[in-house]
Amino acid sequence: MTTETMQFDDEAPGALATLAATAPAGLADEVLVEVGLADRIAPLATAIGTLWVAWNGRGLASVDAFTDGPSAAVEHEARTGRRTLVADALPADLASAVSRRLAGERHVPIALDLRGRTPFEVAVWEKALEIPFGEVRPYGWIAAEIGKPKAVRAVGTALGHNPVPLVVPCHRVVRTDGFIGNYSLGGPHNKRTILAAEGVDPEALEEDARRGVRVVGSDTTKIYCWPTCRHARRVMPQHKVSFRSLREADARGYRPCNVCRPLTADWAA
Amino acid sequence: MDDPTLTAALARDLDTGFEPLVRAHADRCYAIALRVLGDPHDAEEVAQDALVRAYRALSSYDHARIRELRLRPWLATIVVNLCRNRVTRKRTPTTPLDDAMADGREPAAPSRDGPAAVAEQNADRERLAALLGTLPERYRVPVVLRHVDDLSYAELAEVLGRPEGTLKAQVHRGLAMLRAAAVEAELEEVMA
Repeated sequence: MTTETMQFDDEAPGALATLAATAPAGLADEVLVEVGLADRIAPLATAIGTLWVAWNGRGLASVDAFTDGPSAAVEHEARTGRRTLVADALPADLASAVSRRLAGERHVPIALDLRGRTPFEVAVWEKALEIPFGEVRPYGWIAAEIGKPKAVRAVGTALGHNPVPLVVPCHRVVRTDGFIGNYSLGGPHNKRTILAAEGVDPEALEEDARRGVRVVGSDTTKIYCWPTCRHARRVMPQHKVSFRSLREADARGYRPCNVCRPLTADWAA
Repeated sequence: MDDPTLTAALARDLDTGFEPLVRAHADRCYAIALRVLGDPHDAEEVAQDALVRAYRALSSYDHARIRELRLRPWLATIVVNLCRNRVTRKRTPTTPLDDAMADGREPAAPSRDGPAAVAEQNADRERLAALLGTLPERYRVPVVLRHVDDLSYAELAEVLGRPEGTLKAQVHRGLAMLRAAAVEAELEEVMA
C-alpha cells in the first residue's frame, strides 16, 4: 500500500490531494465573532445578581438580566440581528476590565460595540461615563453638558436605551428634582441597590429632594456643588449651606464648582 | 457558493456576504496553513487571523475592487504571508521521518473501507504530511498550493510573486524530493 500511496508525479499527485483538511469546528464562528458579525454571551455576577454580558471583537454589546443562557442568546439575537453563541464565561481580560469598572475604576478601557446607535445616544452615554463612582447627576446636567440643554426628556430616553448598563453608569443619572427615578435594568429598586453599593445613600438623596435641596455649598469657599460631588461631601456640617436653585446660590454670591459643574439653569421643579 | 457569487455578494453588502466566504474558504485556509506549518494549533490561529484580516481588508476596498477579486489566490496569499511570519519566528515543527515511518507499516487490510483500512489511510496521510514537512519552504509552499489546494500555476505566480516557469520547476523539484524521501523511507523499512 505504501508504494501505491507514496507514488505521485507532476500530473497525478493524488496522494497529496488527500492532505486537504477540514478546519476545526469552531474556527468559522471565532472569525465571525472577532469581526463583529456574531456575538458571544456569558453570565457575570454583579451587585444585582447574575447579568448576561454579550460581546464580539469590536467590543461589549449588551448587559442585561435574563433567566438563562438560551433565552439571553435568543433575545440578544433578536435585538441585534447577530447570531449569538452562549459561552461559559467572559474572556479573562474582559471579565477583569468589567469588574474593575464596576468597582469604581474609571480609567479601565472597555471597547463598546455601539453600531446602529445615534450620535446623540452615544454622546449621552459618553457623558454618563464621566460621572464618578458614588456620585449622581441630574438628566438636565447631561443635556447641558452635551450642548442640548432643552433635550432633557431625550436624555432620559437615551439612558433608558443604554445597551450596557452598569458599564455605562446610567444608574448615576437621577431626576432633575433630585429623586432617584426609573431604571431600565429591572426598575428603581435595582438603581437604589447599585447606588448603595457605590456608597451613595439613596434615602438621604431623596430626603434632600423632598426638602427641595438642589445644590449645596460651603460658606468658607463660597463654592456650590451637586450634593454628591466629592468636594461637597468634604464640607464640614457647620459650613454646609443648601440651596433650592442655582439662581439662589448665584444670588448669594456663590460660584459653581469646576469639577461637578452645576451649571444647568433649566429646572423642572 | 462559487467565487463570483461570493464576490458579488461581498460587493453588495460586506456584512451579509462575509459569512458565506468564511464557510466556503475556512477549510482550505486551514489546510494550507496546516500543511505549510505542520502544527494544527498554529494552523488554526493562522487561518483565523487570515480570515479576520481578509474582512478588514475588504471593508477598506471599494465595490469594483471587491468584484474583481480572485478570492482563491487572494486568500492563499494572506495565509502564506502569515505562515511565513510565523516560520521566521519559530522553527517549523516537523515530525522526524524516522518516527513517522516507525510504526503501522503493515500492508493494507484486505477490506478496503473497514476500520483497519481507514486507520491505515490516516496513518499514510500523516506519514505523507510528515515527509512534506521535511521539504525546504521554497519547495513546500508551492507544492502545497499546487497539489493540496489545487491552485493553477497562474494563481501560484500571483500568490508567490515568482514566474510560472520558476514555480513549475520548484514544484517538480519538490515532488522529486518527496518521492526520494518516500523511497528512502521504504528502504529503511525493508532494512528494519
